[in-house]
Amino acid sequence: MTDWLARYPQVVLYIVKSAVVLFVLLTAVAYGVWLERKLVARIQSRWGPFRVGPHGLLQPLADGLKMFFKEDIIPARVTSRFIFLLAPFLAVLLALLAIAVIPFGPGEVQVLGTRTGLYIADINIGVLFLLAVTSLGVYSVALAGWSSNSKYPLLGGLRSSAQMVSYELALTFSVIGVVLLAGTLSLREIIDAQTGYWWGFVPRWYALPQLVAFVCFFISSVAETHRAPFDLPEAETELVAGFHAEYSSVKALMFFIAEYAHIFTVSFLASILFFGGWLSPFPESGLWSLTRYLPVAVLGGLALYFWTDIFRLRQRLHRFLVFVIGLGLLGVAWLFTHPDLFDLIQGPFWLLSKTALFVFVFIWTRATLPRFRYDQLMAFGWKFLMPLAILNILATSFWVAWWGN
Amino acid sequence: MGAEAYVFFVFAALAVLGALNLIIQRHPIHSALSLILVMACLAVHYLLLGAEFVAAVQIIVYAGAIMVLFIFVIMLLNAGEEEHTDLSLMAKYAGLPLAVILLGVLAYQFSRVWPAQAAVGARSFVGDTTSLARLLFRDFVLPFELTSILILIAILGAIVLAKKEL
Repeated sequence: MTDWLARYPQVVLYIVKSAVVLFVLLTAVAYGVWLERKLVARIQSRWGPFRVGPHGLLQPLADGLKMFFKEDIIPARVTSRFIFLLAPFLAVLLALLAIAVIPFGPGEVQVLGTRTGLYIADINIGVLFLLAVTSLGVYSVALAGWSSNSKYPLLGGLRSSAQMVSYELALTFSVIGVVLLAGTLSLREIIDAQTGYWWGFVPRWYALPQLVAFVCFFISSVAETHRAPFDLPEAETELVAGFHAEYSSVKALMFFIAEYAHIFTVSFLASILFFGGWLSPFPESGLWSLTRYLPVAVLGGLALYFWTDIFRLRQRLHRFLVFVIGLGLLGVAWLFTHPDLFDLIQGPFWLLSKTALFVFVFIWTRATLPRFRYDQLMAFGWKFLMPLAILNILATSFWVAWWGN
Repeated sequence: MGAEAYVFFVFAALAVLGALNLIIQRHPIHSALSLILVMACLAVHYLLLGAEFVAAVQIIVYAGAIMVLFIFVIMLLNAGEEEHTDLSLMAKYAGLPLAVILLGVLAYQFSRVWPAQAAVGARSFVGDTTSLARLLFRDFVLPFELTSILILIAILGAIVLAKKEL
């Protein structure tokens, strides 16, 4: 075993990195659901999950267990068992595949005697890879809807494939503007191209020169992940649950994981392409360099916030859990003050903060906006977003041709 | 034999199996899925040759857009299983001999060049995005633009045909 490990450190490294990213992502997905329920509840003046653990923090675990122990039903009328089972598998596979090319930070770490960056795979066509994976995502939805052999899933599947194909164009076209400015398809190089500041304090992120593209990108990524207000494929008042109405147990869970993982992927992509990825929004000079203590301060502040809850919560178990979580956060914050880690986590901290912000906006739009009508959805995608994105490409091309980069 | 050769043979076998399955399957959805498998395997082959951009575009355009349209149409028409029919007269007396002749010609040509011509190795093309763009937009810019106009005309024609009163 150790012999094999010494001979193929790369293979082991990839497996370890994938496992770590997978674990973190799946935990984030589970707590993304929790965050969504909490936020939507707050916006609607409710409490949301509250009973399982302090502030319902153990609710995702309970829900996951529940899903695993539910009866796994395959309807007798499915058109093809193979395709019925393939669809959720494909959904999770593609959703997790996308995360593999996302670079989390500029630093390098020493693991198993080899230096490695904070990514699973650094490919120089990262943007194209992500677009390819997203474009394949439509199959899981279409096949799930078709193979269920029932009217609501079929309608949901049809709606979703039409919607995803339509908005994929606007999504791709809005990315082209950024690619034109950066002159590369590699996610790392796109982030590196955004270093520096205008007038010394405004970060040179592509969100400013490519504001139109960013608006197009964000709207079409909401439509790509079929979230409200573009959630017609699973509009529960019309179609029960849309394409996954006939799925139960773990297979339904897989669709949920895929949906939330997609939200994380497009949020990562939005922060990398338009908001400088791992770059800090603050200059490094003078007093601004104090912002390098932000990761530690945020973690420490969170820990203290958790500890104030000890006095508010009634149940002894909840108090204990809150204390342990606060202790854990403080421990991590203390670890991050170590000089090696201190520099390493700056990048991931900013990338994850920006991504979290986008996840929040995703949930916020869902709680705020009513659903589109189907013809409105199609007209908006084809007659507004597409021409806007094409105009943006034209303008950016002229800009690059005349003034260069 | 390097690791790349193993990858090549695995995906070549998968591509051939997918292509066979495409013909054998009776249900159009299964056939379409097999075609997607073939296209994904071709994308892997492009990657092996070093043409990463072509590989990504192969997935985005063929697997991600064109085949989605196929599946969409099959779902909309709710096409069922097809019945296998006997060979038609055309197929029997013109198709089969022609297929045999084609195979013969191909086999003859391959046997002629087989030992002399060196096989194409992994990463033998410079297929990165920059060099591809240089080819498309500098060396072959006129054919490239002509093709795009041709495709545009085809799209317009399809719209005119589909929409009777404009």
